[in-house]
Amino acid sequence: MTQENHNAKSMFHGFWALTNRDLKKWYKEPILLFMSIIQPVLWMGLFGRAMNIGAIFTNNNVPPEIANQLMIQTFGVGDYFSFMAVGMLSFVIVFTAMFSGMSIVWDRRLGFLNKALSTPVARGAIIMSKVLSAVVRSLIQAGIVIVLAWLLGMQFSSSFTVLHLLGTFAALFLMCLGLASLFIAIAIRSTRWETQMAVVNLLNLPLIFTSNALFPSNFMPDWLQTISRINPITYGTDAARQLLILSTIDTSKLIMDFAFLGGFALVFATAGIILSWKYLSK
Amino acid sequence: MEEIIQVDNLTKVFNKSLTAVDHVSFSVKEGEIFGFLGPNGAGKTTTINMLITVLKPTSGTATVCGHSIQKDANGVRNSIGVVPQEYTADEDLTGMENILLCADLYGIPRSESKKRAQELLELVELTKFADKRVQTYSGGMRRRLELACGLINRPRVLFLDEPTLGLDVQTRAATWSYIKRLKEQYNMTIFMTTHYLEEADNLCDRIAIIDHGKIIKLDSPDALKESIDGDILTVTTKEDDNDVSGLISKVPKVKEVKKQNSTYRVKVEKGEETAPLILNALMKNGVTITKLSLSKPTLDEVYLEYTGKTIREEEGTDMFRQRITLRRARH
Repeated sequence: MTQENHNAKSMFHGFWALTNRDLKKWYKEPILLFMSIIQPVLWMGLFGRAMNIGAIFTNNNVPPEIANQLMIQTFGVGDYFSFMAVGMLSFVIVFTAMFSGMSIVWDRRLGFLNKALSTPVARGAIIMSKVLSAVVRSLIQAGIVIVLAWLLGMQFSSSFTVLHLLGTFAALFLMCLGLASLFIAIAIRSTRWETQMAVVNLLNLPLIFTSNALFPSNFMPDWLQTISRINPITYGTDAARQLLILSTIDTSKLIMDFAFLGGFALVFATAGIILSWKYLSK
Repeated sequence: MEEIIQVDNLTKVFNKSLTAVDHVSFSVKEGEIFGFLGPNGAGKTTTINMLITVLKPTSGTATVCGHSIQKDANGVRNSIGVVPQEYTADEDLTGMENILLCADLYGIPRSESKKRAQELLELVELTKFADKRVQTYSGGMRRRLELACGLINRPRVLFLDEPTLGLDVQTRAATWSYIKRLKEQYNMTIFMTTHYLEEADNLCDRIAIIDHGKIIKLDSPDALKESIDGDILTVTTKEDDNDVSGLISKVPKVKEVKKQNSTYRVKVEKGEETAPLILNALMKNGVTITKLSLSKPTLDEVYLEYTGKTIREEEGTDMFRQRITLRRARH
């Protein structure tokens, strides 16, 4: 075996070992999975059901056909619940990605990071293993949320197939890859988890509210639309929504969604690796 | 003997103002146990962290096993083992899983790492607990697990940073017997830091006393003790307002007198012969002696002599980390 071949192999070896460490900690504690699922379920069950927007029309004696048409024009589907349930997929991904920065802070504080840095494992592998474990966790959680949303009454589009489901996961994968890289890069030098916690608390709701996760962005004021247009969550949610629940898919918009998400993931994953070369050791 | 670690003017300045390690130069010979002795915050861990390539030096150079820590970091990493101050093993994983994780970080294939892990667990007597979560381990067991992890890549140099921090006396002794056994088994060089004097005295072939980022003295424990050049006589008198330093220093072969309240720390040559002379001189002048002790120089005295203070607990290090380490040790 050539030296380079061996290096590449051992790099992957260490990368997978570190990823597996994080995943093991996660699946050995089912309570963690339960806690991360319970929040979107509460949102769907309480917020999704309470915001019974269709009732605005029926209670005001708008004829059912017109009411339904207004709903479809606004949300793309006849019921608000299906609309926001897809938003919850983004919600669960944003939260998982944000907290993945936390675990690198803990590794630093408890000395594990120094220990890993003293081994020949690639510096990029240390960072990307955190990203990959966040991606795996959030995609599994998103899968569970889709099933729960369906049980709670989300309507899939009539043309829905397994291919659409795979497409949805591809979009969510790219979104999570970018977001997790971003938040881990923020945490890369931090020794205080309080700081990281503050960042998460400050950003989580604004990120959701400035996207189309809960409300369509074309009804937002102009300045908010501008923010929404650079918010990756908008694109991830739109792709998922088109593929899962909308009866007609706007192909050019879908390509735009994937292009934006691909670029976003590429830029931040690369930035994460470069930062880890430079800043992981002081 | 070949020199396995060469350090030349190594310096680390944090945030452009705090000089943690200040132009340190020394070398470690192959096969010896080399100790860094100093109070918390003296620069011991910073030096280790630079040698194990976790911290980048501000200036100066060093080589470990012939590899430059700056130019060939991976060469260094492959030839060393590290046992950090903290317990870094993952609490949620088992002992075996933790060792295998370390092996993976070195890129050791599974077929080989399983064999090595079993052998090492045997050596540190953790075989029975291999499949138990680390959460359930005691402080001594955790320390042994860290040792096993540090040896998985068969290192030529093992770095031990405060290997017995927070352990009780018996566990400390036991940990050291494990370290000695491992050293014999694998024929390694050991670089360690400690602030336990008796530990340094009993184990190290050579000791560097470090304070404020500088090496103050470097020699074998015996040579360090001899360098004190004399015995220490401690005299306590009844009259604490009456300074008798002058009286004592007039006695022949008394080299130095230090007064602390009513206690005098007297450095003398040939303690057994000089002590009676001092007693006579004091009693002739009507001074009542309440306590008297004569001691051969210990490393404590050496330390006091060169740093001007007894080993102190210093704040400002990462107290949180230390608390966690101590909490786990007491578990």
